[in-house]
Amino acid sequence: MATPTTTQPDLKEIATGVVARARELGATAAECVAREGSEFSTVVRLGAVETLKEAGSKALGVRVFFGQRAASTSTSDLSPDGVEQMVRGACELAKITSEDPFSGIPEPAQLGQVAGDLDLYYDDVYSLSGPDRIDYARRCEKAALDADPRISNSEGGTFDAAAGRKVLANSHGFVGDYERSYCSVSAVPIAQDEQGKMQRDYWYSVSRTLKKLDPPEEVGREAARRTLRRLGARKVKTARVPIIFDQQTARALLGTLAEAVNGDSIYRNASFLSNKLGTKIAGENVTVIDDGAMPGGFGSSPFDGEGVPTRRTVVVERGELKSYLLNTYTAKKLKLATTGNAARGMAGTPGIGTGNFYLEPGTRTPQEIIGDVKDGLYVTEFLGFGVNLVTADFSRGASGLWIENGELTYPVEEITVAGNLRAMLGAISEIGNDLEWRGSVACPTLRIDGMTVAGE
Amino acid sequence: MPRQDIQSYVSLHMLIENQFFFAKYGLAGADLERYLAAALSAGGEFADLYFEYLTSTSVSLDESMVKSAAQGISAGCGVRVVSGERTGYAYTDDLAPEKILHAARTAALIASGPARTPVVNLKENHFHDLYPTGADFDGQVAKKVELVQRADRAARTYDPHVQEVRAGFSDELRRVLIVSSDGTFAEDVQPLSRLSVFLIARNDKNSARGTAGGGGRHGIEVFFTEKTPEHFATEAARQAIIQLDARECPAGEMEVVLGPGWPGILLHEAIGHGLEADFNRKKTSAFSGLLGRQVASEKCTVVDNGTMAARRGSLNVDDEGNATNNTVLIERGILKNYMADKLSARLMGLPNTGNGRRESYEHIPMPRMTNTYMLAGEDAPEDIIRSVKRGVYAVNFGGGQVDITNGKFVFSASEAYLIEDGKVTSPLKNATLIGNGPDVLTRVSMVGNDLQLDEGVGTCGKDGQSVPVGVGIPTLKIDRLTVGGTGSAG
Repeated sequence: MATPTTTQPDLKEIATGVVARARELGATAAECVAREGSEFSTVVRLGAVETLKEAGSKALGVRVFFGQRAASTSTSDLSPDGVEQMVRGACELAKITSEDPFSGIPEPAQLGQVAGDLDLYYDDVYSLSGPDRIDYARRCEKAALDADPRISNSEGGTFDAAAGRKVLANSHGFVGDYERSYCSVSAVPIAQDEQGKMQRDYWYSVSRTLKKLDPPEEVGREAARRTLRRLGARKVKTARVPIIFDQQTARALLGTLAEAVNGDSIYRNASFLSNKLGTKIAGENVTVIDDGAMPGGFGSSPFDGEGVPTRRTVVVERGELKSYLLNTYTAKKLKLATTGNAARGMAGTPGIGTGNFYLEPGTRTPQEIIGDVKDGLYVTEFLGFGVNLVTADFSRGASGLWIENGELTYPVEEITVAGNLRAMLGAISEIGNDLEWRGSVACPTLRIDGMTVAGE
Repeated sequence: MPRQDIQSYVSLHMLIENQFFFAKYGLAGADLERYLAAALSAGGEFADLYFEYLTSTSVSLDESMVKSAAQGISAGCGVRVVSGERTGYAYTDDLAPEKILHAARTAALIASGPARTPVVNLKENHFHDLYPTGADFDGQVAKKVELVQRADRAARTYDPHVQEVRAGFSDELRRVLIVSSDGTFAEDVQPLSRLSVFLIARNDKNSARGTAGGGGRHGIEVFFTEKTPEHFATEAARQAIIQLDARECPAGEMEVVLGPGWPGILLHEAIGHGLEADFNRKKTSAFSGLLGRQVASEKCTVVDNGTMAARRGSLNVDDEGNATNNTVLIERGILKNYMADKLSARLMGLPNTGNGRRESYEHIPMPRMTNTYMLAGEDAPEDIIRSVKRGVYAVNFGGGQVDITNGKFVFSASEAYLIEDGKVTSPLKNATLIGNGPDVLTRVSMVGNDLQLDEGVGTCGKDGQSVPVGVGIPTLKIDRLTVGGTGSAG
């Protein structure tokens, strides 16, 4: 027998209880989301443990509807009193919101989950002993420090693990839950040149299972390589040249496209892609997919934040905009059907998130793509946030390597790359064959022509 | 400004009467000692407990409808144990004694040695009194609705080209109790509120966005007197309407004039982060080892001041239980101080400046900024503009970012103008400023007499933790800075 203080009803019971209680209090519809999770992280710096962190947490959120009025509340207090206070609070709050003809939870027929195992949870992320977890971080940092005498300092090596369970219940009788696990290893070495100038870079591996995590030494060596190649960086003259974006920066660009097709921005006309469905927004070579049901994906789940099954959506097909990313609300606003992209935190109304969002790879290697460029820039990092989705203006700080006669030469920093996203999408002239998943958005190496590099 | 805390030694049992955490969770003084003892059960030099109870509300308006209203409660306790340079951390969102003890024993494992006994004579410190602590947030939902509705009306009335308007009001009340094995005992109630407006203006050719907002550590009444919804709505609409006619920004190095107030994020990014003690302890900052050296022109004096009444970045006590301070970072161009927390101060032998902050009980504290600003100089803003032959005048910014190791920073102007022959001319779009932290302030050649702080919108992110901050500058002239844009070279 557990002691009374540790006996707690299962999250599913709590969530269905919350929905029932909201209905008792007069709500015409209700939706409850619950989460529990645990995390472990460690940082090892210069060989010694710097931080160890370990914890578990739980939280609960409810959204209630009184006709077309909605409100939501959340709490970390899952005691019966805490839950009651949360439900009552939401019902009270719904009195002050407006009648919104488009509000509501999905129709019963829209609810459901992807069948079968999506391969999202492995308990092995916690299988390492305390010392072995620390050793993962230590080995990763050591490989970076040992790679070159110019690397003598470090922000550390890390090993993180986390696992969590999410439950959703609503007043149409939907109840679902899923578990996901995560682990990662990283290193952030610092290199110094003869003048004492420092550069920092990083590398990491992330996986749902320890078995598929890259060996820490490999990650550490790659972090060292990326850091060393930045030493001696200089500015370049302002110019308009071909730009090649590596996987990391191409992924950030594709993330910007994901924001631009987000239904929230679309119905408000706050995106340059509003009213562009069925039109050409990029070249024939560009196809973009969002797949929330991809087995093992970092953006996968069996149902979305409203209980709608996730799915594969073709967003851009050979340059033509085929679909936005939508939840129930934005779909109704746009007279379309939800794409199962509702994203729900504990608090507030559901937003929109990607499943696994990617640009289909081409056939050429990054080396071949670089090899074509006589004079140009290879961008490896962005700094700052200069993206305006309303105007499509894009201007971000960048660093990378200069390309001369098809070869990467000296490192470059303190520059910006700027253009307009409309033109940039149409000017993707090369797409690499190097699609790799390190998160829920992935993009191969891209070449874009016609952007401005600003420097001296 | 001297430290204003007065310490009085009283028994713990006297302290705890009528105090929030004791009343709500039935904590007793002996419990705190027990938790600290568990935290130090494997050795360790220092342990602290951070209890937090946060209530928050938000109301948002979109398409002239109050589409959502939300409330949340989050409570928990974080336990930290420090042993040398090592930190163990664990937290629980369940404040039952056995859960806190479990967290304390988990954090304790960072150390390996004989148990230590914490200081039992916990002393209460009296700190600043910078904001109202009795603000009643829950009962004022109707007023919050009124604020967002007034913002919506004001924005739409400003100009018929204003089309999409979103307005939001959010506030929170954070109650904290910080107790540590060095005798710290601090309680604080920290209000924070903010009104924001986002809108889009359109004409037959162009679209442009405008944003404005503000607030601070105060109750809702301030939004009916000083920081009115009409003020923010008009400001957002003005920005967007101007941007409708903006032209492409020239690219290249040129003279840059920063307007007063929010453009102070230049200080925050270019030098502020580089002066946080943790980076300097680890020698990973471009400012490492520069104490006492010239890092800015003689016209520049920069402070970090957590003691300003009702400001967004202010705190009566930092998140380690120390009184905040007004710390001179740069005095007439010379680097004087880093911003330190307990760990950095101890390991570096520096003064603890009361800059230990954390996002919540789930997070380990670290050195963070509060309100960071440059003191006013002597130049009239008109003279500064007049001195520029061709350059950029940047008056509003979206956000910025810095790589503290190589010192490179970037920030994006949301409102900027060309300066030609000493006059402000066309609005520019898409202007991005990029530079090198240790250089940029050495190129400041004129400092205005018009210091302003921002209106209370800043949130700073570091290592995945967000905390509210303030920034400010007078009008500044920087002789040479790279401007990134799409236009031809300036």
